[in-house]
Amino acid sequence: MTLTRKGKTPMPTNVERSRWGLHSIRDAFTNPKYGPVIVTGLLLIGMFIYGMSQYRGFNDPQIVVNLLIDNAHLVVLAVGMTFVILTAGIDLSVGAVLALATMMTASLAQSGLPAGVIIPIILIATTGLGFLVGIMVHYFDIQPFIATLAAMFLARGLCYVISAKSISIDAPFFTVLGQTRLTFLGLSVTPSVIVAVVVVIIAVIVLRYTRFGRTVYAIGGSEQSAQLMGLPVARTKVLVYAISGFCSGLAGVLYTFYTLSGYALTAVGTELDAIAAVVIGGTLLTGGYGSVLGSVLGVLVLGTIQTLITFDGSLTSWWTKIFIGALLLIFIVLQKILTLRRA
Amino acid sequence: MARITSSRLFWPVAMLVALAIIDVIVFPGFFTIQVREGALYGSVIDILRNGAPTLMIAIGMTLVIATKGIDLSVGSVCAIAGAVAAAIILGSPNPDSVATTVIAIATAVAVSLVLGVWNGVLIAVLGIQPIVATLILMTAGRGIAMLITKGQIITVSSDSFRYLGSGVIFGVPFAVVAAIITVAIAGALTRRTALGLFIESTGINPRASRMAGIRARGLLILVYVFCALCSAVAGLILTSSQTAADANNTGLFIELDAILAVVIGGTSLMGGRYSLWGTVVGALVIQTLVTTVYTVGIPPIVTMVFKAAVVTAVCLLQSPKTAEYMSAWRRRRALSAEVASS
Repeated sequence: MTLTRKGKTPMPTNVERSRWGLHSIRDAFTNPKYGPVIVTGLLLIGMFIYGMSQYRGFNDPQIVVNLLIDNAHLVVLAVGMTFVILTAGIDLSVGAVLALATMMTASLAQSGLPAGVIIPIILIATTGLGFLVGIMVHYFDIQPFIATLAAMFLARGLCYVISAKSISIDAPFFTVLGQTRLTFLGLSVTPSVIVAVVVVIIAVIVLRYTRFGRTVYAIGGSEQSAQLMGLPVARTKVLVYAISGFCSGLAGVLYTFYTLSGYALTAVGTELDAIAAVVIGGTLLTGGYGSVLGSVLGVLVLGTIQTLITFDGSLTSWWTKIFIGALLLIFIVLQKILTLRRA
Repeated sequence: MARITSSRLFWPVAMLVALAIIDVIVFPGFFTIQVREGALYGSVIDILRNGAPTLMIAIGMTLVIATKGIDLSVGSVCAIAGAVAAAIILGSPNPDSVATTVIAIATAVAVSLVLGVWNGVLIAVLGIQPIVATLILMTAGRGIAMLITKGQIITVSSDSFRYLGSGVIFGVPFAVVAAIITVAIAGALTRRTALGLFIESTGINPRASRMAGIRARGLLILVYVFCALCSAVAGLILTSSQTAADANNTGLFIELDAILAVVIGGTSLMGGRYSLWGTVVGALVIQTLVTTVYTVGIPPIVTMVFKAAVVTAVCLLQSPKTAEYMSAWRRRRALSAEVASS
C-alpha cells in the first residue's frame, strides 16, 4: 500500500457484493484500467451502427480493413507513443521522425542501395535518435516535452537538408510492396497492415508478459516507487524513447509503401493524431494505465471519423480536426473523472 | 565577473552578441540603419519587425510558463484571429475604411478572449494538465479557422488593415511598437503590482498559494487569457503583413519558437520564476539566428537544425544535472591531481 501513489490506490474489492450485479458494471466503467477502453469500444460500435444506418456500403467488412490500410503507419506510431505515455512521458518528434524516415528511404533508394540495406539503416538511425532523447530525458532531467521538441526540430530540419522537394521512389521493392494485395477470408490487405499487426502483437506481449513491460507500468505509476523497488528505471526510460524512435522509423518505411515518395512536409501534426489515438484509447496521460490494444481502437476511431466524413460528403474535411479535438476533450475529462473517483 | 556570469541574462545576451559579431563579420553593413520615406530600414530593423509576433506570443507564454503551464494553442489562436478579421473585412461593403478594420480587430480580439477563457477553465477549473488542455485547441483550432475561411486563403485588400503589418510610427514599424507595448503592459502588470509575485507563487505551489489567499483559479484563467490576447494581436499582424489569412500556415510552429524564446531567456519550464527581459533577449536571439543563417547563405529552411541545436544546448546548460556531473568530474580531476602530486 505504501508504494502506490496517492490517488491511484485500488478500490477495496467488493467480494461481499454480487459479482455480476450493477456494481460490477459500474466498477468496470469507473476502473481506469478498463473504463475508457470500454467507452472507446462502445463509441466505435456506435459510430459503425450510425454509419450503417445512414450510408449504403458502410456495412462492407472491407471498410474496417481499409481503415487499417490507410492508418497502418499511425497504428505503429501509436504503439511507440503508448510506451512513452505509459511512463508519463510524451514524444512530440514522431511525425517529424516519420517524415525523416520517408526522406531517407527515398534518397537512399534513389542512390541505388538495395532495400535490405536501406530499411535497417533507417531503423537503426531513428532508434539511435530516440535513444539520445531518452538519455536527455533521464540523465539530464530535461522534460520529455522539450527534449522531443528539439528532436522534432532536428528531424524536420534534416528532412530539408536532404531535399526541399519531394523525391519519388521507383525501386521495385517499394513499388511491388506498395501494390501487393493479399487476400484473407475475402478481404484484401496490404503488407503494411500485416507489419502493423505484428508490431501490435509484439507490443502487447512485451507490455503484458515481460519484466520490461511491468517496469514501464511501474514507472508510470510512480517513478520514485519504481526506483525504490530496485527496478531498472534508467534503462527502461531510455529504452521507451528508443522504442518510440524505432516505431517512428518503421512507420516512415510503411508510409513510403503507401505514398511511394519522400517529402519534407509529410505528416505535419501526426504526433497529435498519435497522442489523440493513445488518449482516446484509454491510456492515462499521467502514466501507469493503458494498453496498446486501446491505442489501436483509438486509431480506428480517428479513421472512422474520417470515413464517416468522406461518406457524408457534405461535411468538409476540416471537421475531422474539430471532431478529434472534441473527442480528445471528452476523453480527457472522462479520465479526470475516473481518476477523481479513485482518489 | 562571477556575478555577471551567474546572472540569468548572461548566456542569452552572450549568444545574442556572438550572433551579432558573426553577422558583422559576414555582412559589414549589418548595423547600418537608413531612413527611407520616413521609415527606418536595415537588417536590425528587419530582425525587430520579423521577430515582433514571436516576441509578443513569447511574453504571454512566459507568464503561462511561470505558472508551471504551457500553451500549445497559440498558433491556432493566431490563425483564428487572422481568419475572423479577414472574413469580416471581406464581408464588409467598404473594406478600406478604418471603422471596418476596428470592428474586425475588436471581434478577433473578443474571440481570442473566449478562447483564452476556454483554455483557462479547462486548466484551472477542470484541472486538466496544461499541455493536454491546450493540445485540444491546437488540434481543433486549425479546423475552426478553416471553417471561418471556408477552407480558402482569404486575401485581405484593406488599406487600413494593412497598417498593422506594414505601417510605421515615427519610422518604427507598427509591429515593433506593438511588441514594445506588450512587453510594457506585461512588465507593468507583473512587476509594478503584486501580480507577478502571485503568478510565481502559483507556479511553485498552487495549493499553498490558494491557502495563502491567492485566487489561483482566477489568476490562471487571467494568464491564459493574456496569452491568447497576445497571440491574437500577433496573428493579426502576421495576417496583415502577408495580406492574407491562411488557416493552415498562419502561426505554424510559432508555439515552438515562443517556447524556445522563453527557455533561452532563462525561464525555467518548472514554473515559479520568470524573466520578461530574458524572453525579449531570447526572441531576439531566435530571430537573429534565423537572419544570420540567411545571411551566411544556408538555405533558410535548415534553420530548424540550428534551432534544435540551440534548444538542446540551452537545456543541457540549464539542467541542474549537468552542473552536478561537471562538479563531480572536476572533483575527481582535482583528487587525481592531488594523488599524482603527493
